[in-house]
Amino acid sequence: MGVHENIDQVNADTLPFLAEDGPKAHAGFKKGDWTKEVDVRNFIQLNYTPYEGGKDFLAGPTKATTKLWEQVLELMKEENKKGVLDADTEVVSTITSHAPGYIDKDLEKIVGLQTDAPLKRALMPYGGLKMAVAALESNGYKLSEKTAEIFKHRKTHNDGVFDLYTPEIRRARSSGIVTGLPDAYGRGRIIGDYRRVALYGIEFLIKDKKAQHASLDGNVLNEETLRLREELSEQVRSLSELQEMATSYGFDISRPAENAQEAVQWLYIAYLAAIKEQNGAAMSLGRTTTFLDIYIQRDLDKGLITEEEAQELMDHFVMKLRLVRFMRTPDYNALFSGDPVWVTESIGGMGQDGRTLVSKSSFRVLQTLINLGPAPEPNLTVLWSEHMPKGFKDYCSEVSIKTSSVQYENDDLMRSYWGDDYGIACCVSAMAIGKQMQFFGARANLAKAMLYAINGGKDEKTGKQVGPLTRPITGDVLNWDELAPLYDQMMDWIAKVYVQALNCIHFSHDKYNYERVEMALHDRDILRTMACGIAGLSVVADSISAIKNATVKIIRNEEGLAVDYEIDGDFPCFGNNDDSVDDIASELVKTFMGKVRNQTMYRDAVPTQSILTITSNVVYGKKTGSTPDGRKAGEPFAPGANPMHGRDKKGAVASMKSLCKLPYEHSQDGISYTFSIIPGALGKDEAERIDNLSNLLDGYMHDMGHHINVNVFDRATLEDAMEHPELYPQLTVRVSGYAVNFIKLTKEQQLDVINRTFHGQR
Amino acid sequence: MQDTMGFVHSVETGGTVDGPGLRYIVFTSGCPLRCLYCHNPDTLKLKSGEQTSAYKLLKDISTYKSYFETGGGGVTLSGGEPMAQKEFLKTMLWGCNQMGVHATVDTSGYLHANLDDETINMADLYLLDIKSWVPATYKKVTGVDIDPTLAFAKRLEKLDKDVWIRFVLVPGLTDATENVEGVAKFVSELSNVKRVDVLPFHKMGEHKWQQMGKSYQLSDTREPTQDETEATKDAFRKYGLDVH
Repeated sequence: MGVHENIDQVNADTLPFLAEDGPKAHAGFKKGDWTKEVDVRNFIQLNYTPYEGGKDFLAGPTKATTKLWEQVLELMKEENKKGVLDADTEVVSTITSHAPGYIDKDLEKIVGLQTDAPLKRALMPYGGLKMAVAALESNGYKLSEKTAEIFKHRKTHNDGVFDLYTPEIRRARSSGIVTGLPDAYGRGRIIGDYRRVALYGIEFLIKDKKAQHASLDGNVLNEETLRLREELSEQVRSLSELQEMATSYGFDISRPAENAQEAVQWLYIAYLAAIKEQNGAAMSLGRTTTFLDIYIQRDLDKGLITEEEAQELMDHFVMKLRLVRFMRTPDYNALFSGDPVWVTESIGGMGQDGRTLVSKSSFRVLQTLINLGPAPEPNLTVLWSEHMPKGFKDYCSEVSIKTSSVQYENDDLMRSYWGDDYGIACCVSAMAIGKQMQFFGARANLAKAMLYAINGGKDEKTGKQVGPLTRPITGDVLNWDELAPLYDQMMDWIAKVYVQALNCIHFSHDKYNYERVEMALHDRDILRTMACGIAGLSVVADSISAIKNATVKIIRNEEGLAVDYEIDGDFPCFGNNDDSVDDIASELVKTFMGKVRNQTMYRDAVPTQSILTITSNVVYGKKTGSTPDGRKAGEPFAPGANPMHGRDKKGAVASMKSLCKLPYEHSQDGISYTFSIIPGALGKDEAERIDNLSNLLDGYMHDMGHHINVNVFDRATLEDAMEHPELYPQLTVRVSGYAVNFIKLTKEQQLDVINRTFHGQR
Repeated sequence: MQDTMGFVHSVETGGTVDGPGLRYIVFTSGCPLRCLYCHNPDTLKLKSGEQTSAYKLLKDISTYKSYFETGGGGVTLSGGEPMAQKEFLKTMLWGCNQMGVHATVDTSGYLHANLDDETINMADLYLLDIKSWVPATYKKVTGVDIDPTLAFAKRLEKLDKDVWIRFVLVPGLTDATENVEGVAKFVSELSNVKRVDVLPFHKMGEHKWQQMGKSYQLSDTREPTQDETEATKDAFRKYGLDVH
């Protein structure tokens, strides 16, 4: 061994002249670029310990954990009864607005609540006052007069958007051809790099942000520079407030975290600042567990903590994440059912150097589902790679089978696009952490667009001329050669109106509801994507297949509007690994993406799209008339990119194969697939089931499937839970990119889940 | 080998309980047995299936290779009784062999005499249903004699083909000690049995009988308890068998 290698390995204890110069917090860490500038990835790569083994090392819950969780469950039970446990009606939530809150201070290893009491929901009117008022009132609360008075003089994001919308956008919005737009609520889907607070401390980060501000001093002061200068100033301010809030909890986060407990606490408190200030639709956490593992491993190595204590930190951290709540309106709940907040944590994956990014803490975070029982939040997302160690794959499968609380996304696919330090925002949106954000854009209803094409731009439900006046189909039978150009034209129109709406929304959101603290934990120059989306993919693909292969007769009402269809003959459906229809779906994805790409984007955003509906597949279905595939008016769409309920008849793998054909290249914001299987169809015993699920996931990812929700239960369980919700307080179901407490879904949503294809149940 | 047409009831691409790993299961139609508990009565008649080209099926199967490879899975030819269409079966097995895809045949063995050794050898694994030991019970359960099944078991041993034995436990019908022990002892004396599956009777097929307007004779028969199933598995384990 050469002398240089030796120097690397000896420590300051034996050779005092090698004592480290850096802060005490970084003692024992390998130095690199990260010590000179903000570079969390570099820190992780130089210091993490890949773990190739199995689950045997894991610890169960400590007494404190069990006791604390029982208290939380009591509170949640109360909340389930009332809908909302408590709500603030006066204090507008900011990073520093509330005094410290606790569940049981003596038991909590990780502290911090959104308001001063657990499950008390904060008041956040900056997205839109009307929405905040409606949210309060629908839950039996009333906004204080004092606060109402202040907001008479404060413009919100919602006010801003409606100053900008064109009449055409308004029409498209109210007819439901574009829905779920974040024009009255926080857009979310921005992930602050909360790890930075733990690694660097606030002082370093403020210094960095101030330097960024100064770096613009010499620039031409055009609108772009001015905006950025103002944003950077706001970011600095928010970091100071974050530090102030941490001080109120008794932590000095001006310096970096010095041990595992502090690292978890610092990171959580930074996230807490974000959810105190923003009620974004999705407030995701990032990719934190292997980062935290470095601190945990250091403390374990030094004998400062035991495995039980390491697990306790993770359990308490996750418990806090399970308490995140926002005030929502009934309309919002219909779109995004079950009170989700998308505290998405991305776990595992592989590094670009070929080492796995799975650490022991990747196991620990999944273990929380065992120690605390199943739960929808945090939205635990495994970045699956075929190359991950088998021990981890099998543990994932085991936890999925036991809890149905995990989703999987293809790391081998995404790594080539976003590097190896990306995370998932919301359900399926990948972004490089701290270097990228998206403008969330809900989705356009491509099924309804087809009906508009048939009816010459008229809405099939109201008869109103919403789309452009085009030549309607007048014959009795649909003919694809006739319909195709009309549909293409209608998609051009939707793409235009849709992106225009998004430009209005994000211009206004940046102005009136800027995510200061989340953006403070980003680089100065970031990649922005305009995350468009489509709904109704399988409806449209099957419709086209029906028109091409069977005879689809049009049924018109008295006004001559096509309102229903009669199908004579068979036609292949999406979800059976049949190229003749799967290619239609793929082509559609590519075509619409092309139309979106042709639009001009606010702030030079890069356009992307997702095939994801969340739970809005039910609402979209309600707003859409009968379709040529035989789906009747008002019936739900399939969720995300799923085949229509019950039409995938060749089993689980054929269904997956169809999904795998959809091009990620043209759907870079994600392709969501929800998969339900009965336990018995996965294998005869637990070992076989684990093996088979790991194999299914390997096969799906090998074929470049993007996302999959895994549910393992039978229909009877869900039916029983509908009858006796009190017996299933923690029954968790993966729906579309997220998980929900089944009993918190509306009855319609519950039935929709029950009616989905259950593989193995015939 | 030439393409062959066969009657196929349906396929299931995510099978996990009919052979090792993830399986592409081809349910052929047509079966000479009339098992009282049959849960696929809609496959009994040959013509209840759809005429399907073996080539077309094999081409479809070829697209699933990544799923077979990850978990040691493959194709299972089930039914119905796959041996009821021997040419079709032969073409399917040949195609799987050519592609290097593991092939399993799920059968009662009743029609094995129609198949030559060359065809039998093409499958990698047999799931052999021995539905009872006591000849009278076997006849009652299936409507046919037990002898061909036992002869097939011996033939597979001679050809040294891997076999998984399947036994369906039906309370009051197949659960007599003599019946269970008989199968267990017979099976334990074969050198090529890799595993035994004890399948607890279930009524999930009952609605199909009703849909077909046929009377289901086991309506009043209960499903076995977990303890009873375990006890039966133990009866097999006593003979040193690997039971699931």
